[in-house]
Amino acid sequence: MFKEEVKGSLYIALKDLKMYYLKPPNLSWGIMFPVVMALAFILRNPSGVKDLASGLIAMSILFAATSAEAIVIVFERRTKTFERLLLAPLSLQAILFGKVIGGVIFGVLVSSIFFIGSVVFLNVLFSNTVFLFLSLVLSAFVFSVFGTLVSVAVKEIFDAMTLANLFRFPMIFLCGVFIPVSDIPSFLHPFAYVLPLTYSVDLIRFFITGSYDLFHPAICVVVLIFYLIILFFFSLFILKRRIEK
Amino acid sequence: MNKENIIDVQNLTKQYKDVLAVNHISFTVERGEIFGLLGPNGAGKTTTIKMLTGLIKPTKGTASINQMDIKTQIVEIKKTIGVVTEDSNLYDELSVLDNLRFVGQLYGVSKANIQKQIGELLKKFDLESKKQAKFATLSKGMKRKVIISAALIHSPQVLFLDEPTTGLDVLSSRILKAMIKKLKALGVTIFLTTHYIEEAEQLCDHVAILVNGTIKKVGAPKDLIAETNSKKLEEAFIEITGLKEEIMLIEKEG
Repeated sequence: MFKEEVKGSLYIALKDLKMYYLKPPNLSWGIMFPVVMALAFILRNPSGVKDLASGLIAMSILFAATSAEAIVIVFERRTKTFERLLLAPLSLQAILFGKVIGGVIFGVLVSSIFFIGSVVFLNVLFSNTVFLFLSLVLSAFVFSVFGTLVSVAVKEIFDAMTLANLFRFPMIFLCGVFIPVSDIPSFLHPFAYVLPLTYSVDLIRFFITGSYDLFHPAICVVVLIFYLIILFFFSLFILKRRIEK
Repeated sequence: MNKENIIDVQNLTKQYKDVLAVNHISFTVERGEIFGLLGPNGAGKTTTIKMLTGLIKPTKGTASINQMDIKTQIVEIKKTIGVVTEDSNLYDELSVLDNLRFVGQLYGVSKANIQKQIGELLKKFDLESKKQAKFATLSKGMKRKVIISAALIHSPQVLFLDEPTTGLDVLSSRILKAMIKKLKALGVTIFLTTHYIEEAEQLCDHVAILVNGTIKKVGAPKDLIAETNSKKLEEAFIEITGLKEEIMLIEKEG
């Protein structure tokens, strides 16, 4: 039974990757936007590349994992194709997990491009590549589930983009992507502490530079797993309610 | 000899806030028969199908399919049923082949069986020449055939059809009715909803007449015709639903 559910989730993820993720609008949001932002900061301060790498990689995961994820379910509910999934012999958890996995795979793929680009073009070295990769996967899960929550919470596709950007853009400036959280005004710190990107950036930073800005990696992992669980079950709860209406 | 009931519905109810969509309905469906749920628009037919296929949860009552409870064993039930909804629910961007393959994968059909089933279904529904075509490019009749193929990919024991001929031209509608009869001959139980009474008279072994969420009558079409001294099921339907006076009044005024 569990095996069938996992297989079903993977087929949903593969279908989503084929249908939504590898399409021009998604590639532009998932890749072009972080590249342009990165270039702007690298050109301004070429010597601080290694400090920027963690933020850029985390930001690329955030945008890649949420770019299509935030609209997939609301789009499929509009076109009635989500009903096709609901008719399949899979639990709602398995269907939602399949949707999340699509965003995770795309998020990891895109961040890997940034990861390789940092090594090849910027000569950034990593202190622990295996743990860094695991950090990317964990971050991709959290941001993909965040995208899922947006997608189940709204009724229209344009609302999904608005809601996703309401969180994504402030996160770029509040969570240590370009400026370490310890350097931003202290009245903004509480916002940084409640946003998952802060923990993702700090975790990735540790495996690149060997040091962290705010939180020990173990704390970052616990907080990110907490976000993952809470966001997933909250998405599930909202989706159940929406289906019943 | 008594036939086995494959669907058993007891006091099934669905309440949406202030609207009682389905009100304590009870009926049974025999294995291998074509059962029609008839009623005017908004009678609660689609809500009933949605409850039986696990798309929505009933507020009250019980129902079982193949002796499995829809509340506790819905995932197991879904493995044994196929559903054709009123709206198209396949992916416009995918080809006919990719759509069928994906649905087969969702139902856990093995790779070899998916290929075999797709081959047979494409042949049966005369879709071989369209297998690489994107679903969005197909005509309404063709789309209907692909949707039915998708519902049959895992060889279900029960096929639910919600308003199967709505929007189809005469030819497509006839082909579809012939297919339904063929599926019955193969042992598949058919549960269909329709507001085309003539269609139900041609196809169904038993019908239930649903009005405002309540079942008014259940029986074989010929029995309902005899019971109401009617010539056709349509007349019996009008009598049973209480629409006769309304129609007479309109005709008188007109």
